[in-house]
Amino acid sequence: MTVKIKEFPGTSLSEKDFDEGKILFNYDELKGEFAWDTGIAIGSYLAALKEGLILGAACYTCHKIVTPPRTVCEWCFDPMDEYIPLLDTGVVNTFSLCYVTWDVQRIEQPEIPAVIMLDGASSLDSGPIMGGIMHKLGEVKPEKVHIGMRVKAVWKPAEEREGSVTDILYFKPIEN
Amino acid sequence: MNQRVAIVGVGWAGFRPATPEVSYKELMYDAAVRAYTDAGVDPRRDVESFVTVAEDFHEGTSIFDEYTPDQLGGALKSVQTITGDGLHGLATAYMLIRTGQFDIVAVEGHSKASNILTLDEITAYAQDPVLNRPLRFNTHFVAGMEMNRYLYETGTTREQCAAVVVKNRFNALANPSAPYGADLTLQDVLSGPMLSAPLGLRETAEHADGAIVMVLASEQAAQQLVDLPIWIEGIGWCNDSPSLESRDWGQAIYTAQAARMAYSQAGINHPLQAIDFAEVDDIYAYKELQTLEALGFFRPGEAGELTAEGFTTPEGDLPVNVSGGSLGCGHLLDATGLARALEVVLQLRGEAGARQLADVEIGLVQSWRGVPTTNGAVAILSN
Ligand SMILES: [Zn+2]
Repeated sequence: MTVKIKEFPGTSLSEKDFDEGKILFNYDELKGEFAWDTGIAIGSYLAALKEGLILGAACYTCHKIVTPPRTVCEWCFDPMDEYIPLLDTGVVNTFSLCYVTWDVQRIEQPEIPAVIMLDGASSLDSGPIMGGIMHKLGEVKPEKVHIGMRVKAVWKPAEEREGSVTDILYFKPIEN
Repeated sequence: MNQRVAIVGVGWAGFRPATPEVSYKELMYDAAVRAYTDAGVDPRRDVESFVTVAEDFHEGTSIFDEYTPDQLGGALKSVQTITGDGLHGLATAYMLIRTGQFDIVAVEGHSKASNILTLDEITAYAQDPVLNRPLRFNTHFVAGMEMNRYLYETGTTREQCAAVVVKNRFNALANPSAPYGADLTLQDVLSGPMLSAPLGLRETAEHADGAIVMVLASEQAAQQLVDLPIWIEGIGWCNDSPSLESRDWGQAIYTAQAARMAYSQAGINHPLQAIDFAEVDDIYAYKELQTLEALGFFRPGEAGELTAEGFTTPEGDLPVNVSGGSLGCGHLLDATGLARALEVVLQLRGEAGARQLADVEIGLVQSWRGVPTTNGAVAILSN
């Protein structure tokens, strides 16, 4: 800003200027419609969610498991073609108490996004599970949430699932 | 600093009108594995930097560069995505190696055009939002107006433009990766519906899905990796003003300037004598003719006549778009320039199969980013 701003204060815009059309104002709506091919990995993941299962992909070279599954290991570039069901329980890796909604409204009770490190479901996945599932927490007081808290998925009723990440409603604390 | 740069590996997936069985990431991975195998490199160990080309609006994801590393083997490495055509990606990788900081760099471009349900509306967002978009024209109008002025200034005819379609789609019949091969007559092309007159629908490339990955290497690394490196002898690019109001509607000056840059690096004074074959933009048929003139192969007004006479067929003096071009392979959005470059690499290696040209040593690649842009890039490759 120029140091002479006090000499040239200008006139700020008001809501009224917009209403009265005194300023250049274009309204446009982007018509962007996409039909993304989910492919092998994400297609398998979403289909399994509908069945109430969370799939991960294992790399036996790196001894790592990721969820959602992928077709390639990002560490060694080998194909990941074995998808295995994980348990729907795990541990909170990190979370946040979010006081602003998706469409920018301030809220009193925060939403709680969290990454949950799922428990392995078989001896196959004895290696570390790298990264967890990105989801949200529910049935918990915000001040009670902590890193390391054990949680379990709360699923939609089977007949309402549609093959979407929202087939899991949220994760809630496991008592004791 | 005087190191030459070579293409040492190519891989591609597609090209097909739709690829419903794979995601865009899986399509990229498919192309990447082939390119790395071709070059004999391990991306995790050997590839030092990765350049991808993509346009957020085509992907439906903002900051799309976030979504490129893992399927290319580039996680936790030097990665960048540029919003340009594939040849801009090739130029960026070339420069990275010329800095001396990198020996092996990968370039990627892809199209999932089949996933974009409202492509014309997305393209309309490339129009100036205050000056042009409120007029509410389908963006193909820019091509219609450019073709009109080009025909007017040069005396080129619609029949000569249609000859480009007949040639390129026939060439595509010999290319297993080209989905739009056809044996057409001029009348077949001209009798189609108009798109934005004088531009006809059948003079406009259909879209295709595909991915292309190339591995580039410094001279020293290239000679250790492969028997037949394909050298980048020159590469140039140029943008004109975007103004629909004041641009030159008859000629592709930006392509002429991009070519000048590439020719001067490659030491080329007489393109028609020096260059054996070319792969150039043909998203719209007239564009191939306008481009060949801008590249200095022919004088304005000559390209149409010579094309109609067969000068640019695979058997002619200057084969152009032996691959089938975009009219035969499909318009691959941001990957289009890499698809043209791929054909030049395959021809220079002698790996073009049924469409292999005899005795080729120097090939030219040119690309354009499509309407409404005035954006051209040119590369000269040799074996
Ligand atoms: Zn691995």
